Amino acid sequence: MDMLAAATDRADIDAMKVLIIEDDREAADYLRKALGESGHTAHVAADGDTGFSMADGGDYDVLIVDRMLPRRDGLSVISELRARGNATPALILSALGEVDDRVTGLRAGGDDYLTKPYAFSELLARIEVLNRRGGGRDAETFYRMGDLELDRLSHTVKRAGKEIVLQPREFRLLEYLMRHAGQVVTRTMLLENVWDYHFDPQTNVIDVHVSRLRGKIEKGFDGPVLHTVRGAGYMLKAG
Amino acid sequence: MMAARLPAILRTTAARLSALYLILFAICAIVLVFYMTSLSARMLAAQTMETINEEVANLGGAYQRGGLQRLVRVIGQRARQPGANLYLIADANGRILAGNVESLQPGVLETEGWTTVPFTYERYGEGGDDPAQPSVDLPESRVDPRTAHDAIALVLRLPNQMIMLVGRDLGEPQRLRSVVQRSLMIALGMMGLGAALIWMLVGRRALIRIDNVSEASRRIMGGDLNGRLPVTGAGDEFDRLSANLNTMLARIASLNEGLRQVSDNIAHDLKTPLTRLRNRAEAAISGDAKPEEYRAALEQTIAESDQLIKTFNAILMISRLEAGYSAEQTATVDLTTAVRDVVELYEPAAEEVGVELRASVEDGLSIDGNRELISQALSNVIDNAIKYASCDGRKAQVEVELRRADDGISLAVTDNGPGIPDAADRERVTERFVRLEKSRSQPGSGLGLSLAGAVMKFHGGRLELLPADPGLTVVMHFPVKTGG
Repeated sequence: MDMLAAATDRADIDAMKVLIIEDDREAADYLRKALGESGHTAHVAADGDTGFSMADGGDYDVLIVDRMLPRRDGLSVISELRARGNATPALILSALGEVDDRVTGLRAGGDDYLTKPYAFSELLARIEVLNRRGGGRDAETFYRMGDLELDRLSHTVKRAGKEIVLQPREFRLLEYLMRHAGQVVTRTMLLENVWDYHFDPQTNVIDVHVSRLRGKIEKGFDGPVLHTVRGAGYMLKAG
Repeated sequence: MMAARLPAILRTTAARLSALYLILFAICAIVLVFYMTSLSARMLAAQTMETINEEVANLGGAYQRGGLQRLVRVIGQRARQPGANLYLIADANGRILAGNVESLQPGVLETEGWTTVPFTYERYGEGGDDPAQPSVDLPESRVDPRTAHDAIALVLRLPNQMIMLVGRDLGEPQRLRSVVQRSLMIALGMMGLGAALIWMLVGRRALIRIDNVSEASRRIMGGDLNGRLPVTGAGDEFDRLSANLNTMLARIASLNEGLRQVSDNIAHDLKTPLTRLRNRAEAAISGDAKPEEYRAALEQTIAESDQLIKTFNAILMISRLEAGYSAEQTATVDLTTAVRDVVELYEPAAEEVGVELRASVEDGLSIDGNRELISQALSNVIDNAIKYASCDGRKAQVEVELRRADDGISLAVTDNGPGIPDAADRERVTERFVRLEKSRSQPGSGLGLSLAGAVMKFHGGRLELLPADPGLTVVMHFPVKTGG
């Protein structure tokens, strides 16, 4: 699990308490073990009813909910929790990956949607972002990370006090990376959140955008800030 | 064979209708004939009775003027005329004294007044007895049925207790009735014949054509999927039905063919990487490999699985699009922005591989559709164009053009690569999994253009591949949006 180690080799890791509601035992065990290796605690519920009562009673940071479950399906577990005022961020796992399936999932109260089969690095990056969102670091107007600053109101980016001119899309890309500074952000997450696309472009178009942005915010400045996390994605981190 | 077919013939709608009409016509004809015969019989009877009354009045006059002798003479004269009435004078005991009646049915002479119920009688010269010798005793008992006639008569008692009978033969009304009955039989026979003829013309013809259709559909059900229903060219409802069913069969056949092709291609395009994947895993565990080698093998395995998943997703997506995506997912799409966004997404990647990606996008174009699908289709087309753009050391270029066309909106992506010179090949590449031999070495599932084609079909548009000299133009044509 070197790859996972690389993805989680960070100083500011927030240990999370995760509930996995998944009826496939092997998949659930794999997830629990992998989350454990990434420094998080995970519990498993094998059906919708158990999952609901555990989520309702326990103090979890993030829920990972399979869409198709015995006894009670994943979407109804989430909407029931929301109806009872439980706002624990939930990631829906599903074999159904079309746009309308995603829309139904998010409408039921899910916070993110991941189609099976998925890479663990993708899932990890997504639940870490969800956890942070649960902490309420959403939509600030000014971001600062080390000597890098982004002002959403004046639409300016500065590093070491020097203004950097970015294209509108590059600005949004950097804004997303800064909002999730210190966290792994995958290519799919960038595509979804910066471009609002849910399909997979054949070529790695995102990489080129990121390397362009990297050129602008690193060239001529002191030290790298936009790091590539092998097998996972990118992370904005000082030093 | 014929016997087996007979019940089927009788069960046809045409046969049933013919029988129904036949019965209706027969009932009408019978009612009409009965009404007419009874009416004419009554009229004839009235006429006959009137004639008899007149005759009796004449004879009465003769009797008053010349007594019995004159009466007998007058009767003798009249009785000998051709077609004469019946005359008979008998004494109180019933013995015939004069007249042209040789014998008659018993009891007629006893009833005074009208005998309107026809009775039988014999004339002189018709019976077997000697006509010269009138039989005088009990004439009523000797009516010979072979020579008997029917008649009605008026019987009067003369003042001297003699009996006079004046009657009229019913031969003529009876002939009329038999003529009417015969014509009724003929009419019914002709109607039956007509019904059979109508059935032959209409019913049998329809039956044969329906049987042909049934036969053809049985053949098709039996596995001859290329079989079609017969179309005679008459342009009638049978032809229209057959033509529609044939169109349906053709559609089913093309879907079926598509399905077969897909399964073949899935077998090839999924089995090949799966085999590779399996072989690599097997090779990795069989030898004494170093940890780095294991790692490389596993990473390749993951990469290959990811590619498999992508291919699989594309297949699913195309199937869903072809099955008709839910209409809920469509909204007004700002095509101008959507196209600029995709171009912007690809622009750095194109530059990276030395392709100049240019766009000329007309402002304010929008359609009803799905932004995500259109973006994905365009991204596939642009991705393709970038892959094949460079050729012969020319500066590789890809040009994206969105503009209003005559009958809609045209989104064209042109590259200056080798293109696809053969028109048949150009048609083929939009089919699923088709990758021209030259491009087999390039990465990709071979589903990009098929997916774009399915997306265009979903939007009621079409995907066209045109030669660009040099290169290839892929045109995504959207139907016009009224009022846009």
